Amino acid sequence: MTLKEKQQEIIDDFSLYEEWLDKYEYLIELGKGLEGLPEEKKTEDRLIKGCQSRVWLDCEKRDGVLVFSADSDAIITKGIISLLVGVYSGRTPQEILADDFSFLDALGLKENLSPTRANGLVSMIATIRSKAAENE
Amino acid sequence: MCDLRNEFPQLGRTVYGKPLVYLDNAATSLRPRSVTACWDEISSMRTANLHRAVHRVATEATEAYEAARDAVREFINAPEREEVIFTSGATHSLNLAAWSFGEAFIGEGDEILVDEAGHHSNIVPWQMLCRRKGAVLKVLQVDESGALRLDLLPSLLSSRTRLVCVAHVSNVLGLVNPVREIADAAHAAGARILVDGAQGIVHQKVDVQALDCDFYAFSGHKMYGAPGTGVLWGRRALLEQMPPMFGGGEMIQTVRWEETTYAPLPQKFEAGTQNISGTPCFVPAIECLRSMQQDECITEHVYRELSAMPGVRLFGTTPDLSRKVPVFSIAVEGAHHEDLALILDKMGVAVRSGQMCAEPLMDRFGVTGMLRASFAPYNTMQEAEYFLSSLRKAISMLK
Repeated sequence: MTLKEKQQEIIDDFSLYEEWLDKYEYLIELGKGLEGLPEEKKTEDRLIKGCQSRVWLDCEKRDGVLVFSADSDAIITKGIISLLVGVYSGRTPQEILADDFSFLDALGLKENLSPTRANGLVSMIATIRSKAAENE
Repeated sequence: MCDLRNEFPQLGRTVYGKPLVYLDNAATSLRPRSVTACWDEISSMRTANLHRAVHRVATEATEAYEAARDAVREFINAPEREEVIFTSGATHSLNLAAWSFGEAFIGEGDEILVDEAGHHSNIVPWQMLCRRKGAVLKVLQVDESGALRLDLLPSLLSSRTRLVCVAHVSNVLGLVNPVREIADAAHAAGARILVDGAQGIVHQKVDVQALDCDFYAFSGHKMYGAPGTGVLWGRRALLEQMPPMFGGGEMIQTVRWEETTYAPLPQKFEAGTQNISGTPCFVPAIECLRSMQQDECITEHVYRELSAMPGVRLFGTTPDLSRKVPVFSIAVEGAHHEDLALILDKMGVAVRSGQMCAEPLMDRFGVTGMLRASFAPYNTMQEAEYFLSSLRKAISMLK
């Protein structure tokens, strides 16, 4: 599945839920399902600034692709991270840099989450992009 | 209640198609029509700079501004109107106090005692002052219930203590601190006492003489007034000795290259063009505050329900509910405060989550943040019930 196809799949899944609370239920389930990071990897250098909740993002380069794994102490945030990891993990740096991340707008996540959370989301995206740029 | 609620138009709005239940009053209160009308009237009909020109509109603008000073003086029972300094908010008031008091009275090795449950605005300016002057910052701790450890006061106060800085009411714990008792202890040790009244002015009858404090600071926007307005009240004897923090328009008497002399109180501390439209709103805001009464049944009900809710830890507890204002901060086992606030938001309930500008207090209780619901007299029992049931639902979604 290409990056765009994966994004479309998430947009389609998300659009099944009309009510915000149902969308949250979905994100909570995703958050619970995300493996997360072992405690020893929740370090200061993996911590993403700008979130009311704490978010840790780990990135490894394997066979030319970037593998992301992430965690958060808040479950809805963890659900959003799970979406991001699902889309961007296993992609080449070039694929990630070529993307405009607009699929998050299509999900309505940026506008409808709290401003501090949106900032956290923006920080998360910036971190993913900078990891891709570092590894290009 | 219906009439009262009609005075606050925002109570009539919806969010995500649901009626707004506004429970973030400790962060900023809503404004009644009388306050927005005052702001609008001055902005549209009586705008001119204050204290300067001789023309008619300038006189009217100045009169409206000075009428606010009289209203505030009376409201807090300050001895003199010149002791009421207008600022842009409690944070400005506290920084002004820290700078000017510090310049006048603080030297190397002097001590300042702050309250562990304090808002960052009543911690950081004192840290900055201590760093600037080589003074020592000491902390008056709270116990598990959130009450200040008055038993520690004798060991914390010394001959070097110059100032004790406490909140009248903690913005997180909602507990009314025994300010008079602390003031007596501070004065007996030869120190002064400053009270952060940002929450106290809203929920308590404030009489600065009965409290026997030396400074009292608060904001307009939490007491139904205009944002960008605030007050620092201080004793004349102290204010006279304190140098101004800002120099410029209207704070001067004569300006010479050799030396500038300053205007008398209160202008000495009010440099530059003041909040022409906002500050006069203290008059209708005080009227509004006086006309409303908090329904104690709501405070008691929410307190009992949160205390008994499984997995919920309520901070700021007391057997005497007359010492508790309707500000409720909680942590929920297995549910992050941000998740709870996000879900409540989508149910139409506006609450606060995070550190509430009191990071040392979060550390004290071993949490990364809390969820806070803060009520005003215009909130109804029905809204309280809706909040509690929404909270239960949010918790069950996250479990």
